[in-house]
Amino acid sequence: MGLEIVTESSSQNANVVVECLRSWSQQAVAEVIEFRGETTVVVPRDLLRAVAERCRADAKLQFNLLTDATCVDRYPVEPRFELNYHLVSIPRRDKVRLQVRLSGQDPVVDSLVPVWPGANWLEREIFDLFGIRFSGHPDLRRILLPEDWEGYPLRRDYPVEGFRDVPSTGELFKKSSML
Amino acid sequence: MTTVETVTGAAKTMVLNMGPQHPSTHGVLRILLELDGETVVKAVPDLGYLHTGIEKSCEDKTYSQVITLTDRMDYLNPLGNNLVYCLAVEKLLGLEVPKRAQYIRVMMVELQRISSHLVWLGTHAIDLGAMSVFLYCFREREEILNIFEMFAGQRMMTSYIRIGGVALDPPAGWRQAVDKFLRMMPSRVDEYETLLTQNPIWIGRTKGVGYISPEDAIALSMTGPTLRAAGVAYDNRKVFPYSSYGEFKFEVPTRTESDCYARYLVRVAEIRESLKIVRQAMERILDEGPIKAEAPGIIPPQREKMKTEMEALIYHFKIFTEGFSPKPGDAFVSVESPRGELGCFVASDGSPKPLRVHFRSPSFINLQALPKLIEGQLIADVIACIGTIDIVLGEVDR
Repeated sequence: MGLEIVTESSSQNANVVVECLRSWSQQAVAEVIEFRGETTVVVPRDLLRAVAERCRADAKLQFNLLTDATCVDRYPVEPRFELNYHLVSIPRRDKVRLQVRLSGQDPVVDSLVPVWPGANWLEREIFDLFGIRFSGHPDLRRILLPEDWEGYPLRRDYPVEGFRDVPSTGELFKKSSML
Repeated sequence: MTTVETVTGAAKTMVLNMGPQHPSTHGVLRILLELDGETVVKAVPDLGYLHTGIEKSCEDKTYSQVITLTDRMDYLNPLGNNLVYCLAVEKLLGLEVPKRAQYIRVMMVELQRISSHLVWLGTHAIDLGAMSVFLYCFREREEILNIFEMFAGQRMMTSYIRIGGVALDPPAGWRQAVDKFLRMMPSRVDEYETLLTQNPIWIGRTKGVGYISPEDAIALSMTGPTLRAAGVAYDNRKVFPYSSYGEFKFEVPTRTESDCYARYLVRVAEIRESLKIVRQAMERILDEGPIKAEAPGIIPPQREKMKTEMEALIYHFKIFTEGFSPKPGDAFVSVESPRGELGCFVASDGSPKPLRVHFRSPSFINLQALPKLIEGQLIADVIACIGTIDIVLGEVDR
């Protein structure tokens, strides 16, 4: 990844999640990142829905609330997309982040709507702005942008000014936005 | 307007377009309602009319410049937006904020919560036909905006909370102003309650309307007063305290009825709790002390130092031209906004501009539950339900 990971004190709670997932399946946890007291559990793409279901249903974990799902584009690094799911356990007062990495050629991942219905709009937003497809999503349409919009604006190779062309300074615009 | 035949053909349903220019949608929300007579059979919200691409713009600004963009998302809670972004960047930097600045932040954010709830109460009441409450609520909100103007020089887009602390020292006479407000407010809240709480029309329009079970609310990721009115005491200030909230004494009001009336009662109770927090914070803020963390190269130096010390001048120049570069990593912070859990995710790649800034906006996610609330209800109740979710379209679309 070419990423410097700063490890800080690992909290007791983090170990509970990792141990619980490891004892269920050795493949479930690809990597654990500790940064500023936050735990990120990197999950293989094929196991995402199973791990999420485990996190929600396991009596030791009880992550009943999916607070947030978002994507980071690390273009031009491959795999470029990182999907981050932020889970909260209201009964256990705990948080964890599940991360899945996707390549730019095949940005498809299982939808988490069957696990948390609240994932519906969050995944639609990621689909809308990053172009990641969620298989098994009941209603995968654009949500913020018009349906006929071309491209995915939050990708790093999409210029901040958009692809519009200003007549007099058009070339300048294109050059500056490609930087 | 189109008429659609149902599968059985026994009854006819009609598709009605509500919004995006409907005053009761509190902005530019469009909902497609499929009606059977006056009953809503299906509701499909349509968003994006106010999408401004704030998250994309953030990637083209330095960390400090992003603050002014955050004000403009949830325009009823700009200080809360500043706070969550600054907390996320501070977490990324591993920066400790002085206690005095933390208390000032808490006081400002709680005043903001009161003002946001006042706008909510006023507009919700006017939606349901109670005109006078609106005028009273905006009268008191004005007092809060005057306090913000004293502190920040701005009434709404304050950008008062900055990375590492707050922008300015509290102004002369702030204690008297806040104290005056705190003395006045409890009786004013009573005043709203005398107008609404026992009002038979108000009860008729809100009681038993827009029910959602606590299980469904959690499954749909709802947070904030809407979730607390369903009996789940999930409040980030208590569950994952930030900015020294752990030191303050306050209750988290909950109800179990989970209807529009319960949400009204929860928000009014929250105004009273926020007043307690403002009082405690005011007593904790000392007259003297730092308002910004000491972090050369990240926090702009004091004016006097900048004029007398070479190093401070260089830091000042570097901060405002190049910015600062946090170590690569991700940080996610949640605060309790008036609408629910407001989260901010910041990813750094070690450059002076964030790689990604994402806001978990409570309005957007709570709005997802709207069809669940209104399907099977009468069309007049749609307005009550939109009101009690308390959405701000600037935050829904970002």
